[in-house]
Amino acid sequence: MPYECVVCVKQVPDTANITAEAMKEDGTVNRAALPAIFNPEDLNALEMALEIRDRYGGRITAISMGPPKAAEVLRECLYRGADRVILLTDRRAAASDTLATSYILSQAIRTIGRYDIVLCGRQAIDGDTAQVGPQLAEKLGLPQITYLEALLGIENGRIRVRRNTGHGWEVLESPLPVLVTVMGTANQPRPRSAKRLMRFKRAKSRSELLAELKAQNPQASEAELQPALQARMQQLEDQGLLIEEWDLERIGADLSRCGATGSPTKVWRVQSIVLSRKVYKQYPPTEEGVRELVHELIMDRILG
Amino acid sequence: MGNYFLDNEDIQFLFRHFDMKELARIQELETFNGDADYVPVDLDDAVDNYWRVLELVGDIAANVLAPHAAKIDEEGNRLNPDGTVTLHPLVQENLRRMAQADLMGFTLPRKYGGLNCPNLVYTMATEIVSRADASFMNLFGLQGIAETIYAFASEEIKDEVLPRFCRGEVTGAMVLTEPDAGSDLQAVRLRAFQDETGQWYLNGVKRFITNGCGEILLVLARSEPGTTDGRGLSLFLTERSERVKVRHLEHKLGIHGSPTCELVFDNAPARLIGERQRGLVTYVFALMNGARVGIAAQSLGIAEAAYRLARNYAHARQQFGGPIERLPAVAEMITDMKIAIEAARALTYYTSMICDQENNNNRILEWKKDLSAEEAKQRKQLARSLKRINAMLTPMSKYYASEMCNRVAYDALQVLGGSGYMKDYAAERYLRDARITTIYEGTSQLQIVAAVRGVSSGAFETLVAEWEARSYDDPLLRDLQQMLLGGRNRVVEAIQAVKQKPASYLDLSGRRLVDSAIVVIVGHLLLDQARTNERKKRVARRFITTQMPLLQAWCQQILAGDMTPLEEYELLAGPVPTADQLG
Repeated sequence: MPYECVVCVKQVPDTANITAEAMKEDGTVNRAALPAIFNPEDLNALEMALEIRDRYGGRITAISMGPPKAAEVLRECLYRGADRVILLTDRRAAASDTLATSYILSQAIRTIGRYDIVLCGRQAIDGDTAQVGPQLAEKLGLPQITYLEALLGIENGRIRVRRNTGHGWEVLESPLPVLVTVMGTANQPRPRSAKRLMRFKRAKSRSELLAELKAQNPQASEAELQPALQARMQQLEDQGLLIEEWDLERIGADLSRCGATGSPTKVWRVQSIVLSRKVYKQYPPTEEGVRELVHELIMDRILG
Repeated sequence: MGNYFLDNEDIQFLFRHFDMKELARIQELETFNGDADYVPVDLDDAVDNYWRVLELVGDIAANVLAPHAAKIDEEGNRLNPDGTVTLHPLVQENLRRMAQADLMGFTLPRKYGGLNCPNLVYTMATEIVSRADASFMNLFGLQGIAETIYAFASEEIKDEVLPRFCRGEVTGAMVLTEPDAGSDLQAVRLRAFQDETGQWYLNGVKRFITNGCGEILLVLARSEPGTTDGRGLSLFLTERSERVKVRHLEHKLGIHGSPTCELVFDNAPARLIGERQRGLVTYVFALMNGARVGIAAQSLGIAEAAYRLARNYAHARQQFGGPIERLPAVAEMITDMKIAIEAARALTYYTSMICDQENNNNRILEWKKDLSAEEAKQRKQLARSLKRINAMLTPMSKYYASEMCNRVAYDALQVLGGSGYMKDYAAERYLRDARITTIYEGTSQLQIVAAVRGVSSGAFETLVAEWEARSYDDPLLRDLQQMLLGGRNRVVEAIQAVKQKPASYLDLSGRRLVDSAIVVIVGHLLLDQARTNERKKRVARRFITTQMPLLQAWCQQILAGDMTPLEEYELLAGPVPTADQLG
C-alpha cells in the first residue's frame, strides 16, 4: 500500500567547518560566514522516505522553511528522488525560534493535506535543539517517535520501528499518521541520480526566477518584470520544474505566532570558553590506576 | 566530504582544455541518441551535464568506494558450492550506489535509459573510480560490454538487455580466454552448436574471466566445426543460469574485489550477436579496443592514488631534521611521478577523444541514409584515417599508462620505505593492483606489436605533422617544439633502419620504436596544453628534456642493429630446460 511522506529539510551553516566569524555579536549564527549545506540528519530522513517509497510506493513531498537560497536543498531532494518540493519563504518568518518554526511547518503540512508519515531529521547542526520535530507532532496532534534507527515495517496502518534509547533500543509500534525523527545512524543517504541531476538542475523557485530577471534587467521595477516572471514560471511549471514557493498567507498562518513576535526564546548570554590551561595527570597502568581514572571521570560527570 | 574530481586539478584542466562542446555536438546533434526528460537543452547544457556527472562520480568515489576498498581487498568475494559467486557485501553496496546514481549506463543512448556521455567523460570517470578502488573499476568499467551489444546485436536483444544494464540490474563479462587461448584468441575451442530449431548452445570451459559471475555473458565460441582460426569464431550472448557454473575463483595478487572466474558451460542456451564468423575479427577487436582505453584509465587512477599517498608522506615524514621531500632523490621521484601521470593522462584522454570522433562518425555513416554523395565520401575518408590513428593510439595508451602506473606504484612504495612495505598503508595494495594492468586486455608486449604497425607505416608521421606545423609565441615552447622535431627525425631514421633488416627485427625493436614515438606524441600534447597554462610549460619542459636523451639512446640502439636475442638465444638464454624441470 502506498504512503504519503512529508519530509522537513533545512539548509544549515556547516558547523563542522567553523571559523572565527561564525557567531555574530548578539550570539546568533552568522550564516553568511559559513557554507550552507543540507542538514545531515535531514538527508537521513529523506533517505528513510525514499526507502518507504521503494518498498511500498507512494509520494514524497519535501518542504523547507528558509530564505530563497534554501531552494538549493530542495533541488538536492529532487536529485535524490522527491516527487514534490515546497519552499516556505517569507520575510515575516525570519528569526523564528523552534516554537514559531514548528507552528509554521504545521500550518504548511496541514495545507499539503494528506500525509501518512512526517519525517524530520533528529536535529539540525546549527541550533542542535532537536525540538522542532516533537513540537511539530504536538501541533499536528500526531503520535511521535523520536530517534528512529530502523524501519521494521508498515502493515495495516501501523508502523513498526526501532528507536535508539541512548543506552540501547526499543521497538515501537504506532498508528498512522505519525511523525518520526531520524538518526544519522539509521541509513546511508543515497547519492544523487545523474539523470535527475540533469533534469532538475533547471528547477527554480519564483524568487530565483525574479532574481535572474532583475540581474538581466537592472533598470526595471518589479512590477514591470511581472509578465516575464509569470511566463517563466508557467514555462517551468509545464516542464515540472517549478519549485513551489509558499508564503505565510498561503498556509493561513497567524502572523502573531510567526517570526520574532512569535518567538519567546531570547539568547541571554553567550559564553565563549577557551581552554587555556594545559595540565595533564598521569595514572599508572595498573588495575588501581585505571580504577582511579574511571572514578575521577565519573566524579567530573564525563562518564556515567 | 572529499571529491575525487573536484580535488584533481589536472582532470579539471583537461576537461576545459579539450573542446567538450564539439564532443557534445557530435554526440548530441549529429547522432540522435534518444529523447528523455533529462535531454540537454543546448550544447552548453550538455557540457554542464558532463561536469556534474563527474562531480557525482568524484563524490561517490571519495565517500563510498574509497572507504570500502581496504576491507574488500582483504576479504574478497566468495565462491558457493552450487557454482555461484557471492560478491563481497561492500562490493554489492558499491554497485547499488552506482545504480542509484544512474552511472551504469554511462555512454548508452537515452532511449535505453543511458546518460549518452562521450567516451572521454567515461574515461575520466573510470580514472576517478579506479583511484578509489582499482578492483571496482572492473565492474564499473565493463560498460564496453553493453556498448558492444549496442553496436552489433539485433534490435530485439538491445531492447531487452540494454535497459537492464542502465538500471544497474545486471553486470556483464567478456568471456574470451581459455586455458589454451590467452593472448592467442584464435585458438578458442569452446563449442557453439545449433539444434534442429536453430537454437544455439555453448559447451566448454573458459578461464580468467573477470566478473564471469555476472548476469550477461558475451562468449567467444567456435561455431564452425573443423576450423582452427579466428574466422571460425562467433560471439554469443548467454545469461547466467544453472547451465553456466563457476568452477573456480582465482586467488590473485591484486584487484581482490573483482571476481576472476573459471566457467563451465554445459549446453548453455545462447543467442548469436551480429553475424556468424565475425566474432573475433570484428566484434571482439572492437570490444577490446574500448576495454584497452578503460585499462589505461584504470592505470591512471591507481597511479594518482599512489602518487598522492607518496606526496603526502614525503611532506610529513621527518628524517635528518626535515621532511624527506627535501632530499633530492625523493624530490625527483615525486616530481617525475606527477609528470608521468600527466603525460599518460594527456595521451589517454586524447585517444579517448579520437575514439569519440571515430564512433560518432561511424554512427552517422551507418544511420544517416540521406547523406550527400560528397559528405558520405568525406566521412568515409575520415573514418579510414581515424581508424588508422586509433589503431596506433589505443594500444599505445594502454601500454604507456599501465607501464607508467607500475613505475609510479613502485616508486610510491619506495618513498614510504619500510612503512610502504607493511600493510599499514595502501601503497602495497596499489602496487599489487597495478601489476595486472600491463597484463590483461593484452600484455604490454602485444600492445607494442599492435602500436608499432602504426609507428612504422606512416600513422605516426601523419599524426605529428599537424602539430609540427603549429607556431608557438613563447620562445620556450618553440625551442621544445624544435627538440621534438629532432626527435621525430631520429624515429623516422630508426624506422628506415628497421626496414632494411629481417622482419623479426621490427618486433625486436618494437618497444624502443613505440617508446620513442610516444615521447614525440606526448611531447606535442603537453606543448599544446602549455599554451594556456604556466605550470604546464614547466611540465612540458621537464618531460621533453628528460625524455629526449632516452629517445636518442633507444634510436641509437635500433640503428646498431643487434639481433642477439634472436640469433644467439640458445647460447645466451641459458641451458634448455629438461623434462624434470618442466614438471
